[in-house]
Amino acid sequence: MASDVAIEVEDLHKDYGAHHAVRGISFSVRRGEVFGLLGPNGAGKTTTVEILEGYRERTAGRVAVLGIDPGPRPLALRERIGIVLQSSGLYRHLTVHEAVSHWAGFYRAPRDVEETIALSGLEAAAGRRTVALSGGQQRRLDFALALVGDPELVFLDEPTTGFDPAARRHAWDTVRSLQQLGKTVLLTTHYLDEAQALADRVAIIKDGAILAEGAPGELGDGNPRYRVAWRDADGDAHERVTEDPTALLHELTGEALARGGRVEDLSVTQPSLEEVYLELTAEAAE
Amino acid sequence: MSDHALEPVRRARARRAAVPWRHAAWRQYRLERKMFWRNPTAAFFNFLLPLIFLALFGAIAAGDEDILQVIVPGIAGLAVMSTTFSALAMTLTYLRESGVLKRIRGTPLPTSAYLAGIGGNAVANTAVQVTIIVAAGVLLFGLDPPQDWAALVVFVVLGVVCFASLGVALSHAIPNLDSAPAYVNAVFLPTIFISGVFYDADDAPGFLRAIAEVLPLKHLIDGLTGALVTGEGLVDHAPALGVLALWSAAGVALAVRGFSWEARRA
Repeated sequence: MASDVAIEVEDLHKDYGAHHAVRGISFSVRRGEVFGLLGPNGAGKTTTVEILEGYRERTAGRVAVLGIDPGPRPLALRERIGIVLQSSGLYRHLTVHEAVSHWAGFYRAPRDVEETIALSGLEAAAGRRTVALSGGQQRRLDFALALVGDPELVFLDEPTTGFDPAARRHAWDTVRSLQQLGKTVLLTTHYLDEAQALADRVAIIKDGAILAEGAPGELGDGNPRYRVAWRDADGDAHERVTEDPTALLHELTGEALARGGRVEDLSVTQPSLEEVYLELTAEAAE
Repeated sequence: MSDHALEPVRRARARRAAVPWRHAAWRQYRLERKMFWRNPTAAFFNFLLPLIFLALFGAIAAGDEDILQVIVPGIAGLAVMSTTFSALAMTLTYLRESGVLKRIRGTPLPTSAYLAGIGGNAVANTAVQVTIIVAAGVLLFGLDPPQDWAALVVFVVLGVVCFASLGVALSHAIPNLDSAPAYVNAVFLPTIFISGVFYDADDAPGFLRAIAEVLPLKHLIDGLTGALVTGEGLVDHAPALGVLALWSAAGVALAVRGFSWEARRA
């Protein structure tokens, strides 16, 4: 088993009765990488991640997490991963510090409790009962409980859904510091900006299949494209998508110079990940 | 984000041994005890209520030994059922529906150590309650000391196994947290009324007696009555032991079979 690979998924399938939730997904995540599974709700992201976490059994395919098959939930794997679920309950009657320090006791080599609370941004709330935490603080506690075992690999399932912008920024900072600590992170999200801001590589997933995979900046069909928009002499708006805008721009400016006018409202843009995402997921829906 | 967070972790991951099972179970037990006392609802229903019953019925029956001899074993039986059956059905429904079970499932804590901690908390409540009830019977209400200690211990232990497993099994049938008290009390309240907690079950109408005969609580109370009052021991109550053992076997099978770590989908 190559030691620089944290997660390997090959032709993964999951059926719920007649419903094929995951249809032949393959990807791999390198150690130290932040990998994003990006897709709309119901795309199969959570099912995929929960198979990797050991919560669900796969119907078919090969899966290795830190070189281990997560199917039988081996202790050797549970000791080395940290899981932030989409939603999970807290012990209401414990303080933040009590909860984190109890969780630390599950692991053979936990992180320092205070350090973990600080890493998660909960110093001010350490003495508070979890029932009194705000939504954002509860999510930070989810992070703290997932990190206190000092995992090599952290799963984050929709970590910022329902957050206000400040809380999202904070969660993003926490993910970045995980990366600086050398952790591998598997992130699922339906927010494009989140994948763009955090992930080294992204797989776009829709209807249980991966549509595209790559660095957020390179996603698409492999050819960088430009969208050129302008207004002609009659004031009519035009727009054209091209792989190479040089010739088009030459033609437009030449024509404008010849008539002694100018190219009004000219813009040349590259499609954002958002456009690629919308395009890919819309195509798949057809 | 503090600067703290950016420091690389400087701890060689020592090849320490995994956390031993008994250590994990003991820590979980202590945590469950701590949370129990901090939860006013749990502390009231699982701790104070049987004692309030004992105080009220003891006061009503003051000095009437015939009634006290029915009520003290009856309330001891009720305490066994409420601290195990009712408490575990509610607790496990809450833990499952709120997602605590699922979160725990993703950690290295062994499943058996976790459940031992939760079960241990319930058993601790049972032990404390039965002790208080028996002691109050002797010291406050003037009953004789227990006649057969071995029978007392055996019946309490078997009652705990029986009602704890049935409580876990009932939690599988409860679809969500809101309906948990209804499910639990729909079983608990009729059972305590027909099983002779507050009166001698043999005085009840025939059809109620027939139902009570089939259920485990009446047999637990019979056994406790023998141990505490009449001196009839295990041999005399062999059929009662048999009924409790059968319910225990069914309870354990159902508790294991339907166990779910995840919230029911609405």
